[in-house]
Amino acid sequence: MFLTDEEKRMRDGAEGDAVAAAMDLLIRYGYALDAERLCDIRNVAGTMTQPSPTKARLVAEGGWDKAFAVINLDSDLDLTIPSMRVPTCQLQHGFGPDSVDIVPYPKANVELQDDAESFYGRHGVNILATCTPYQVGNLPLRGEHCAWMESSAVIYANSVLGARTNCEGIASTGAASLTGKIPCWGNHREENRRGTHLVSVEGLTVESFQDWGMLGYFAGGIAGEDHPVIVGDLSRPDLTELKHFGAAAATSGGVELYHIPGITPEAATVEQAFGNEAAVPDAVVYGPAERRAMYETLNELGSSPDVDFVLLGCPHASVDQIRQAAALLDGKRLSASTELWIMAPRALKVMADRSGYTAVIERAGGRVLADSCPAMSRAAPAGTKVFATDSAKQAHYLPAILGIEAWFGTLEECVDAAVTGRWNGGLR
Amino acid sequence: MLTLHGRTVVPGKVEGEALVSHEPISGWGGIDPARGVVIEPRHELYGVCFAGKILVFPSAKGSSGWSGFFQTTRLSGTAPIGMIIGRISAKSALGAVVTRVPAVTDLDADPCSVIATGDWVLIDNATVEVSKR
Repeated sequence: MFLTDEEKRMRDGAEGDAVAAAMDLLIRYGYALDAERLCDIRNVAGTMTQPSPTKARLVAEGGWDKAFAVINLDSDLDLTIPSMRVPTCQLQHGFGPDSVDIVPYPKANVELQDDAESFYGRHGVNILATCTPYQVGNLPLRGEHCAWMESSAVIYANSVLGARTNCEGIASTGAASLTGKIPCWGNHREENRRGTHLVSVEGLTVESFQDWGMLGYFAGGIAGEDHPVIVGDLSRPDLTELKHFGAAAATSGGVELYHIPGITPEAATVEQAFGNEAAVPDAVVYGPAERRAMYETLNELGSSPDVDFVLLGCPHASVDQIRQAAALLDGKRLSASTELWIMAPRALKVMADRSGYTAVIERAGGRVLADSCPAMSRAAPAGTKVFATDSAKQAHYLPAILGIEAWFGTLEECVDAAVTGRWNGGLR
Repeated sequence: MLTLHGRTVVPGKVEGEALVSHEPISGWGGIDPARGVVIEPRHELYGVCFAGKILVFPSAKGSSGWSGFFQTTRLSGTAPIGMIIGRISAKSALGAVVTRVPAVTDLDADPCSVIATGDWVLIDNATVEVSKR
């Protein structure tokens, strides 16, 4: 891989041992990708503060410098970690102090994470603590090269914003934060951003939040790690619907970039999405039968109608999603056997508090929780056997992570389940 | 004996028993790094342990926690000893790097078709030798 003189100086230690270790990781990673060179970035979204048993052991051995060296730089050296070289934010992590006595989650983890926030805050990490940095102030521009992780954020940044990032990991974002560099490979290169698969919606209109999630789950299954282009009978989506669509496509497949001609910024037309007319492939149809198949797949791990737990806000809810949930819960009371949590970025929870939505939800017995989610923190209400969600991503992952049953439905069905304790959902 | 040629992802030489997945593998939400076991309920390798095996798989899917979870298998002593990757991506490239095991991709035949679970496999940088079980 070609290195500039500046990059060689970093590799050779001119900027200190930690930057040299970061450059060593980027060189090993660039070799693994067969990348030609690195590119300059100044927007990193990674994870440093999320508690884990391995991290707790490393911190006990050698403090946060040791934990960052091993986990975020893949280095065995004793390093002193300098301030972040470029703007860097913390994605979603574990539950925080405001979850204590609500979420069954180890207090030791809350304390470890508090300690981490202090350390990384001092080193210039913005603690956004959300899987949706684009909802709380980190909104990269079209064409901006970034080093982001979190698959649902990566697909949003590439597809909806037209920014350029691969689906990075903990070590590559750690190395990027200390160098401002990432391999110029994959989605960073113009020629790799074209569509590969055409999905045509026929015989139904995709217009609800649930429908956008099911279409995303289908598109991910069709495109795998490639780039679906979605056409046909679509209503104009909003931020929350594309947030759900992308998270689902990144879950069933490994989609990091899609185009919706006329909606997303890099494809005004189908031809432009594929580069030229000759490159447009035959369409795969998404119709009523495919929609039903997605619904049944997402509900195949549900058998008991007795719902213990309702989870909303995956990816983290917008203020408007919190408002919608509050409107449905207004004047109601949750079933004594059911809990309801809405996950949100803390900055947006503050807005929901201020707008009175949180109070309405809490009067009904529900909770708005920040920073984390049950999947990240492996934590659900005690005794949960069956959960319901409006998120295709969470319906996919949480059964594996917590060994529980899942129902996938609309926001209205989920709130009904929370109030009655029973799942009455069905495809409409 | 079958010999395949490809591109080195992580340099090195290792031999061992193959564990072949025909489906992409998830890291976060797909494996338990403490035990080195696939935990995705819908997956063909559900409940199967990959520790000490040469893991042969078409691609990485799902969360960007992929590499971090495989790094944790190294730190927990449950890692595969080599990786043969059908199609490389940022997730699997970084995952192989931080697992620090010999890894190879871009082979001249589909590794998930020509290698079977239980075959004895030697990875020597960009070359793979397969002895059928």
